[in-house]
Amino acid sequence: MQYIETHAHMISRTTDDYQHMAMAGCACLTEPAFWAGWDRKSADSFEDYFRQLTEFEPARAAQYGIRHYTWLCLNPKEGEDRTLAREVVRRIPKFLDRPNVLGIGEIGMNRVTRNEVDTFLDHTELALEHQQLILIHTPHLEDKHKGTKVTIESLLRFPRLQPSRVLIDHAEEHTAGMILSEGFYTGLTLYPNTKVSLARAVDIVERYGPDRVCVNSACDWGPSVPLAVPQFMMEMRRRGHTPQTIRRIVFENPISFLSQSPHFQSPVPEEQSALVA
Amino acid sequence: MSVKCPMNTRQLVDEYFIENRTRLLDIAAFLDRLDRSNEDRQADDFRMRAFRQGLRELLSEEPGRIERVQMLLSDRTTELRERLDRKGAFGAYKPEGEAF
Repeated sequence: MQYIETHAHMISRTTDDYQHMAMAGCACLTEPAFWAGWDRKSADSFEDYFRQLTEFEPARAAQYGIRHYTWLCLNPKEGEDRTLAREVVRRIPKFLDRPNVLGIGEIGMNRVTRNEVDTFLDHTELALEHQQLILIHTPHLEDKHKGTKVTIESLLRFPRLQPSRVLIDHAEEHTAGMILSEGFYTGLTLYPNTKVSLARAVDIVERYGPDRVCVNSACDWGPSVPLAVPQFMMEMRRRGHTPQTIRRIVFENPISFLSQSPHFQSPVPEEQSALVA
Repeated sequence: MSVKCPMNTRQLVDEYFIENRTRLLDIAAFLDRLDRSNEDRQADDFRMRAFRQGLRELLSEEPGRIERVQMLLSDRTTELRERLDRKGAFGAYKPEGEAF
């Protein structure tokens, strides 16, 4: 079964991972801008990073038949530095016309500080001004509930914002309900230690239903599994769910969300994509 | 709209008992390990206090244990932080001024 990986930091993965994902049925993936594990010193570093995301990675993915898309931003872990954030936000628009750019992301909170909120609002304004989709990171562990709540409250203050053009990622049991009830898409991130296990992800789908729910590996330089989405598909089968339900979560829901960007090309044939829409 | 789990109770236990038995034993071993290391009987830090509260929650008969345990491990304050204190998370809420 084909699937779409909606969140993968491929610059920190090996080429073998691309090969394994292709062999497992990955048709395309989206790579949000994120934290390098250390704070960058200048906006020039981000420009180089955005070139990597829009030039080098699509070419690397294409060698394995995977279409590569990306999201641009200064990520939440660096959002405290308002001077740097303002400069990076100022430079992002010149990259938005590149063919694999879907929108602004992954933006959001880390420790839910005043500066992080202001940086998040700057990015949201930028996305709205340029009609971009938005991909949102929600904080880790003990900060997740508070950060998700502040994120949603902040978004709802933008009257122009359409919730269906925003995916709020890394949802868990205590945040999925508040995200979905406001009309946003959500992502369940399948991590071996933190975030959501395979069994718990299936539980969340059973509890809230498959509408506007996507799953992803968020594979990066930390403990993470590039094949987590196929593993989720196996867990759904183990639980007895139908191929139709599985396909909806790993393929059709991502297409419904991502197709709102004019840069996204659906991986299914045209005659079938009309049925999906 | 929710999706009904296709498995009945017996099937769920048949399928998931062994891996959850392993998790139960891992937690028991973890608590024994802490006891062995704690010769001067120091009090639990904020993480282990939340952990033991979570264990008590597991014995509840009320559905919604996962949400309640998640909230026991969460920062339930509502104010924004004035400035960044650290990048990472501990896994449980650390009250202001509390040391390890």
